[in-house]
Amino acid sequence: MKFVDEFRNPTLGRALAGEILSLVEPGRHYKLMEVCGGHTHAIYKYGVDDLLPANVELVHGPGCPVCVIPMGRVDDAVAIARQPGVIFTCFGDMLRVPGSDHCLLEAKAAGADVRMVYSPLDALRIAKDNPDREVVFLAIGFETTAPSTALTLKRARAEMVHNFSCLCNHVTIVPPLRALLESPDLRLDGFIGPGHVATIVGARPFQFIADDYAKPVVIAGFEPLDILAAIVMILGQIGDGRSEVENQYRRVVPDEGNLRALEVMAEVFTLRPHFEWRGLGFISHSGLRLSDAYADLDAERRFDVPGVRVADPKACQCGEVLKGVIKPWECKVFGSACTPERPIGTCMVSSEGACAAYYNYGRFAREREVL
Amino acid sequence: MCLAIPGQILEIVDEARRIAVVDVAGVRRRINVSLLDGDGSGSGAQSGDWVLIHVGFAISAVDEDEARATRDLLERMGADYEQELEQLKASVIE
Ligand code: SF4
Repeated sequence: MKFVDEFRNPTLGRALAGEILSLVEPGRHYKLMEVCGGHTHAIYKYGVDDLLPANVELVHGPGCPVCVIPMGRVDDAVAIARQPGVIFTCFGDMLRVPGSDHCLLEAKAAGADVRMVYSPLDALRIAKDNPDREVVFLAIGFETTAPSTALTLKRARAEMVHNFSCLCNHVTIVPPLRALLESPDLRLDGFIGPGHVATIVGARPFQFIADDYAKPVVIAGFEPLDILAAIVMILGQIGDGRSEVENQYRRVVPDEGNLRALEVMAEVFTLRPHFEWRGLGFISHSGLRLSDAYADLDAERRFDVPGVRVADPKACQCGEVLKGVIKPWECKVFGSACTPERPIGTCMVSSEGACAAYYNYGRFAREREVL
Repeated sequence: MCLAIPGQILEIVDEARRIAVVDVAGVRRRINVSLLDGDGSGSGAQSGDWVLIHVGFAISAVDEDEARATRDLLERMGADYEQELEQLKASVIE
């Protein structure tokens, strides 16, 4: 209970913890997946799991966009960054993601012009400021981020910025969830739905989890109290034998999502037949590329990229971590060969990765206090 | 990069490109608000509105209480929020 005092409202935190305790059947084990890396981060930062009974287990999902980038795509990025005349732009989190030889930070140290940007619009501005250079933006992220890339590409088109292109690694949240639900290694009892993705896509895309797999989904905010409240709602559904999509984060997430964002995504992107996910392998219709109408702004078509699949390093168990099959500390290299300073796998790079969350908040093993 | 941070729109400074100046914890920066244009609420984002900002774009409108609660939460997050603000400060959106 040591973290509960950090909650804005510790009384409410304790009350929700008590409610959770009253909802669980003794002797039954509950596995709930928090899909989003933002939730993983908040859970370990605030010790939300310390407030849960021992038979309620939180399993971390695949919803950290940095963590799921496969090594071959990093190699493609590095290959473009090394081309003469290129200014390669990306979010800060991508700089240290290992490729098979190098990460982008190492490419930069070796002379490539790699620049960190806050927004794809910053990358577009760099292109306008450097008309004699090719400026490439490495786009990553789920539906939360994809509309921003789409609007930036529309702007590039409208303003005829010909030296700007995008290496698109956007992914969608539903296909990996379906893959996890089909996976025999994992039996989940319910899902804490990703709040910010749902801001864009709404609640409806998660309906298949309730309809086809009879599991509850509760879309949740990022406060520790939101996460506890979502767990209460999930356990309530399980207790009543219901499986529904509920929206705990209604104060931010409209049930229908952001229609304008969905419209621009549909215009600028098209689904790839397959996309590789780190540790999860190829998943059908899970990745986005630029639509034919935007093909001229597609860095994959403008530059020669290796485009080869590279197997994950042997020591790395990110796939099992991303599927929630093992806890980070169960990976053999966790905290020894693999640390945030020298990551082997992606889950240690981003602060939203499960391994980084465990490492940064001292969860070296699951010796949990139990209520 | 996954953070969405709350800010208040001070002014729409470029109507055609839908660029607004926002105040995020005392930091003033330009962001794009066009994702809020077609959400059924009519005229889209306006000065005074609170929004969640992600990679330079407003992705949803929030009320002031929610914005303050989110900001408190992020402030307690410490380093990650600081880093996000630093990156926002370096951003120059046109
Ligand atoms: S400890 Fe490192 S290698 Fe192991 S799963 Fe985590 S990120 Fe991957």
